[in-house]
Amino acid sequence: MSFVLETATNPENLRRVAIDPVSRVEGHGKVTILLDDKNKVHQVRLHIVEFRGFEKFIQGRPYWEVPVMVQRLCGICPVSHHLAASKALDAIVGAKHLTPTAEKMRRLMHYGQILQSHALHFFHLCSPDLLFGFDSDMAKRNIVGVAEKHPEIARQGVLLRKFGQEVIRLTAGKRIHGTGAVPGGVNKSLSLAERNELLKDIYQMVSWSRGAVHLVKEMHHQNPELYNSFGAFRANFMSMVGFDGGLDLYHGQLRARDESGNILFDGVDYQNYTQIIEEEVKNWSYMKFPYLKSMGKEKGWYRVGPLSRIQNCDFISTPLAEIERRDFIEYSGVMPMHAPLGYHWARMIEMLHAVEMIKDLLHDSDIMGSDLMASGERGFEGVGVIEAPRGTLIHHYRVDENDLVTMCNLIVSTTHNNQAMNEAVRRVAQQYLHGHEITEGLLNHIEVAVRAFDPCLSCATHALGKMPLEVEVLDVTGQQLSSLSRSSENVISTKLSAL
Amino acid sequence: MSQNSNTPHNKNQTTFTLDGKTIPFSEGQTIIQAAMAAGEYIPHLCFNPEFKPHGSCKICTVTANGRQTASCTQQPQVDMMVESDTKQINDERRALLQMLFVEGNHFCPSCEKSGDCQLQATAYELDMMSPHFDHFSPNRPLDASHGEYLLDFNRCILCSLCARASSDVDGKNVFSLAGRGIKTHLIVNSKSGKLADTDFTGDDKAAHVCPVGVIIKKRVGFAVPIGKRSFDEHPISATPHPIVKGAI
Ligand code: SF4
Ligand code: FES
Repeated sequence: MSFVLETATNPENLRRVAIDPVSRVEGHGKVTILLDDKNKVHQVRLHIVEFRGFEKFIQGRPYWEVPVMVQRLCGICPVSHHLAASKALDAIVGAKHLTPTAEKMRRLMHYGQILQSHALHFFHLCSPDLLFGFDSDMAKRNIVGVAEKHPEIARQGVLLRKFGQEVIRLTAGKRIHGTGAVPGGVNKSLSLAERNELLKDIYQMVSWSRGAVHLVKEMHHQNPELYNSFGAFRANFMSMVGFDGGLDLYHGQLRARDESGNILFDGVDYQNYTQIIEEEVKNWSYMKFPYLKSMGKEKGWYRVGPLSRIQNCDFISTPLAEIERRDFIEYSGVMPMHAPLGYHWARMIEMLHAVEMIKDLLHDSDIMGSDLMASGERGFEGVGVIEAPRGTLIHHYRVDENDLVTMCNLIVSTTHNNQAMNEAVRRVAQQYLHGHEITEGLLNHIEVAVRAFDPCLSCATHALGKMPLEVEVLDVTGQQLSSLSRSSENVISTKLSAL
Repeated sequence: MSQNSNTPHNKNQTTFTLDGKTIPFSEGQTIIQAAMAAGEYIPHLCFNPEFKPHGSCKICTVTANGRQTASCTQQPQVDMMVESDTKQINDERRALLQMLFVEGNHFCPSCEKSGDCQLQATAYELDMMSPHFDHFSPNRPLDASHGEYLLDFNRCILCSLCARASSDVDGKNVFSLAGRGIKTHLIVNSKSGKLADTDFTGDDKAAHVCPVGVIIKKRVGFAVPIGKRSFDEHPISATPHPIVKGAI
């Protein structure tokens, strides 16, 4: 099946604008746009090469190594993979219920990860676009520009992220490639000194996170035309919610809503994810397109991540984030918010929630407990799901009687969002590029739309290590018009050559 | 570092100098044994004070009266001038380490022996920043057949300590090095070649001597947190008995 602008009728007469990588070694992302000589858009596709090398790589390895090894999947959110794998492998050691200390330490680690990832994404990667405008002066449209014009915002961004990284270091042992979570529990709890060190700054973090939510909310209120319509399309929502229906980023059951907000399914045990999600293969993309089985390929695609989670849950357990969630829902009106820029607002509400959770956990003496491990009857298969910063992350393993992994299947958030990101890019191309000469500012609109989802290409492609992305726009003769590049740190820079 | 370094030696004791420090030694001791007894560190991998020296890795190379030699096999002579911590020797040691790293598959960040591994700790000690050479990336499947222990051949540095422990201490001969030169590899002496078909047990000395992460107790994994592993607090040169945990 094909969506509007997915496939042009007469591609041979069209000009091809490709956003393409240099290296093909580890998988990559690319956007191609087909234009006619009047610059009318006929086809837009976001391709991400899904490199399944990692699943192969993990086969034949002992299961206890996996939570640490999977962190090599992604330099951006390794902790999410670490935790999702640990959750899946809890089933192998028969740990049906973790000890309170283990569960709370894992949660603490996870909220640290949410905080550092959301802060990085919003302050470093997106605030330049939002504060200065999508086609503002490119030289200023970066974090350095923000630091000059809004030094306080930039400073808070840096320190919020740093705090999140400290939480990770103290729970996992290291900022990256930590080892804190192990199948059946954790290998450490916090010492009193470590707890006190984090407590010292936590109230400041709460107040800054609140400020960040207010900043995005303000942007929506000031410019509703842009924020409500930019790249907007309607879609279903899916996320894990807590067993009580509240926002829970660490554990719970699956819930989905349709584009009007009606429940499609609820209370689904994620061990049975294969019964509700199917992955479609398309001949033009290496990355699969997941959809909800019950609704079919055409209607069943969905969106994951902050925008889904904030609107999918019934409430948020922490008071400040709950106030913000209500404001968000009220702003959206009777229909759910579908606009991609709403992701930023939702993301900041989650960041506030994560910081409030960190605060509560630091006041809970269980995080200094010594009962770290649980075990039970040996299992041979396990599914672990976590709401990673970018959305639902599924890890699924089978392990043989000699303790080696025989099967591994991962569905990362960027894959869940594949169709949704394609839709967003098509809307933006239609809204802004259609009939216009292409400029860097216009191309950046495409980037802004993709960036709203905070896609993580290195996870999505299951590449080993980090993946840089190169983007090229070519004219009919194959001459390069412009290029965009994303470094392995996910920093995007743009170069205009011959426009 | 050494408590003995500047103590005037007593007349009856024979000594040599190591990097300018006076080291006493007794009959039959090798340079590395005397140095260790005096609290001096000479980098080494295939040497373990509990076993006969093997002299194969050459990491312990020093110059003795100007001639290069393996300090784990060479006995000192009275007033011998031994140099170990020099730029030239450390450069050579680093190159040897780099070759060991690329010959096998050593992914420190996801290896459970990280922080307890002598190869890694020695590489840190000698400021090895990168593998420098191209990786061989050999394909070496694991042996997970045994109920309690796993063999990950990807990390073997062919030090033969397990073979020596198994034959000399356990009297079992479970492990051997087979092949020659670049083809040398570790084998398990059973019909099937699998560990499960030997009489190896976790009580064997051989289960506790591997300086890297080949012979692994199953289902332990990352139980020891970062910060509490052997070489987290002290570099290998300052660790009293630079032998991995469990070996002593
Ligand atoms: S398995 Fe370990 S102890 Fe045995 S030869 Fe290899 S590195 Fe040495
Ligand atoms: S330690 Fe002397 S040769 Fe290996």
